[in-house]
Amino acid sequence: MSEADKFELISQEMLDAIGKKSSPTKLEVDKLQIRLFARAVGHTDPIYYDEEEAKKAGYRSLPCPPGYLGTPIWDPSKAAASAAGPAGRGGPQPKKPLNRVLNGGTVIEYFDDICAGDTLTSQSYLADVVESPSASLGLLLISTNKTEYTNQNGKVVAVTTGTSIRY
Amino acid sequence: MAATWDEVSEGMEIPTLKKNCSTQQLVVWAAGSGDFYQIHYDKEFAQNNKLKDIIVHGALKNAFLGQLLHDWVGRNGKIQSFGCSYRAMDYPNEDILCRGIVTKKYEADGRKLVDLEIWTENPQGQKTTPGTATVVFN
Repeated sequence: MSEADKFELISQEMLDAIGKKSSPTKLEVDKLQIRLFARAVGHTDPIYYDEEEAKKAGYRSLPCPPGYLGTPIWDPSKAAASAAGPAGRGGPQPKKPLNRVLNGGTVIEYFDDICAGDTLTSQSYLADVVESPSASLGLLLISTNKTEYTNQNGKVVAVTTGTSIRY
Repeated sequence: MAATWDEVSEGMEIPTLKKNCSTQQLVVWAAGSGDFYQIHYDKEFAQNNKLKDIIVHGALKNAFLGQLLHDWVGRNGKIQSFGCSYRAMDYPNEDILCRGIVTKKYEADGRKLVDLEIWTENPQGQKTTPGTATVVFN
């Protein structure tokens, strides 16, 4: 009897994937993108736009506004053809096909400053997967995915935890 | 004015940040975040996906909550962690109130920490993205 036998949706392949890190993704943190991100949110603090102000506040350069963790290097020869859509469909599949996915939420933990000029390497892994009954959508498959961001000095500077709900 | 450690107390509400997204802001966000999913800027595409209108990106609401916290602590502190759950959709040209309440003020390992409940609220008073945060004061 395998561990997955007690689940209706969770496959052995999913259980086996827990904790296994993805291949790394390189991300660049640069001033143009920080300014654009800050502008999109509506930040008014000059530290996100003016390098001198950022330095006065003790940063090496423009700091990342909350939620910005660098930009992956886009290469048309490697990028998927589709526009970015909801995450959570990739990786090991459940026992029954589930076509719908909801982004349940995101948490970001910071362990150090992240500033323009930094290069980050991210690696993701499935941290947990559970089944949960719901009133209107049937049995839900709730996956928790973690991504670790390591800077050019080898320090983990941020960890994100994302929840995706499939049904 | 930025909050100071001494004036923070459990149960206090932090200043509300009011947002109201134009469709233009959602396009700027698409470029800023790299999320080009069409339900956020193409009304016909959104309606073909059973939505009544284009919807505000969840990650943008999360970033609004980040601004709420950043503007509150100013130079007196930093965000240690923050996040939210995406419970309901928000639409362009509708007010989104970003709010927060201090739930705990404490010191741990010599660090001055404050936990908060944070959320965005739609014009009907519904919490569309409830979450939590921890900020560390200098």
